[in-house]
Amino acid sequence: MHVDSTLSSLPIAEDADRPVEIRIDGLQKTYKTERGSVEALSDINLEIRRREFVSLIGRSGCGKTTLLRIMAGLVAPTAGQVEVGGKSLWHNGTVDSSVIKRLGVVFQDANLFPWYSIEENIALPLKLRGVKKRERLERARELAGLVGLEKFLRSYPRELSGGMRQRAAIARALSDNPELLLMDEPFGALDALTREKMNLEIQRIALATEATVVFVTHDIEEAVFLGDRVVHLTPRPGRIKDIADVPLSRPRAMEVQTGQEFNTVVAELRASLNQEDDQ
Amino acid sequence: MSSPFARLIVPALLPIVLILAWWYTSEGGSSIFFPPLSQIQERFQELWLFALVPEHVVPSLQSILWGLWISIVLGVGLGVLLGLNGYVATAVNPVLQFLRYLPAVALLPLAIQLIGIGQEMRVTIIVLGALWPILLNTIDGVRGISPGLIDVARSNRLRNFDWIFRVVIPSASPQIFAGIRASLAVSVILMFASELLGASRGIGYFILEAQRQFSLPEMWSGMILLGIIGYALNVVLMAIEYFALAWHRKARI
Ligand SMILES: Nc1ncnc2c1ncn2[C@@H]1O[C@H](COP(=O)(O)OP(=O)(O)OP(=O)(O)O)[C@@H](O)[C@H]1O
Ligand SMILES: [Mg+2]
Repeated sequence: MHVDSTLSSLPIAEDADRPVEIRIDGLQKTYKTERGSVEALSDINLEIRRREFVSLIGRSGCGKTTLLRIMAGLVAPTAGQVEVGGKSLWHNGTVDSSVIKRLGVVFQDANLFPWYSIEENIALPLKLRGVKKRERLERARELAGLVGLEKFLRSYPRELSGGMRQRAAIARALSDNPELLLMDEPFGALDALTREKMNLEIQRIALATEATVVFVTHDIEEAVFLGDRVVHLTPRPGRIKDIADVPLSRPRAMEVQTGQEFNTVVAELRASLNQEDDQ
Repeated sequence: MSSPFARLIVPALLPIVLILAWWYTSEGGSSIFFPPLSQIQERFQELWLFALVPEHVVPSLQSILWGLWISIVLGVGLGVLLGLNGYVATAVNPVLQFLRYLPAVALLPLAIQLIGIGQEMRVTIIVLGALWPILLNTIDGVRGISPGLIDVARSNRLRNFDWIFRVVIPSASPQIFAGIRASLAVSVILMFASELLGASRGIGYFILEAQRQFSLPEMWSGMILLGIIGYALNVVLMAIEYFALAWHRKARI
């Protein structure tokens, strides 16, 4: 694993003090299909500190979703382990979901339940935890406001546009104040302005809720703006090629994107991605 | 076609024309097999509004509703179990397909031997025919849940009761309702057939008796009543579906 020396020499002081929350150790995933097997991930090692925001970038098909799904407990790794708070998430292909107390996942598709209204969809995680109806709906309204859907609380998913549904899915993932938030290209369906607004919101929410976040994106600027670190995965098999630290204090305003530090990291990562093509 | 006027009037036109045509062609006709509609209508009023309703309509309706209800509970329950266990479903599928195409009326003689000619026999026969469309549709619906929704359910740790009642059944419900509609048609047929063979009350029994006594207007009134009951049950079912599947309707428009 190559770690850029100039950037890793500039850690943010308080980061270093935080305990490691997630330890990914020798993770490997091979999908078996009728047409043979695909090695989606190979020897992934990564430590994520509590309240850290990790961005994950890489070409399409390099295993980002696979990594997230393993961390979410949805698909078993072929080898290796994910430890959360010192406890193993996987035991011989079965997941111990008690290891992650409150988990929020935003998938590449919104995946709302079409038979529930937007309000009920957002509040679903709370309902499952037995939160009272009044409290639940209040929280749903608050979150809908956050993602700009306050006028659509009573609508059904298919009455909304793709981007609106995706925002509802983000609100749902946030509703139970997750300690671990996994987001798979959550803003892919949003226009540039909404996306910018959502970037600021996600940062604010992550800081306020003290969640640990893993955030997949194809957009280098977005990855750098949001991340404390940016992990670059390369395909076939998926490996970590590079981890870039982002030496910018929080909360970050949109204007940091014009600054020199920001652009240095962006340039590093772009070079790293371009290098992939040459190989 | 979108104005409410058009939506109410257009579907009513053809039935009205057909009834009028029947009325005038049968009037003063000479065939005893096709008595004038006016006479049938008179007899209908005498018999079915509501003199014989407790004796013949109530038992028939009871058979249908019990048969359909038991089929729904069994069909959805078993369908969910089988749909969620792919291997079991594959294993029992040939047997299900066989039973489905075995006409339930063929079991009538056996059922009469075993159970007698009481209402239990008629309900049993209805269940033996009406179960399959609901069961097979439920299995299909359950197996067709979107993988994305399964992911959401699992990452939110939906289990057992919540998983089945908040995700599996709602997701399969459009198909379940399609199955129930098919089962309703089967139920009406089997209700009638089982009353022909093994009953001393009920609409089927009444029609058969009227035919034996050569009371043709009575027989016709019974047949019309049967049609009306089948139609009305379907309307009720469609209304339930309309509200239960509001989300699905919105999705399709
Ligand atoms: N269920 C599966 N069965 C077989 N192969 C799979 C499966 N899921 C993913 N793969 C394969 O694993 C590799 C990684 O897929 P993954 O979805 O993790 O990529 P990704 O980085 O998320 O891509 P994208 O940016 O396009 O979303 C791909 O080559 C893909 O074909
Ligand atoms: Mg992906």
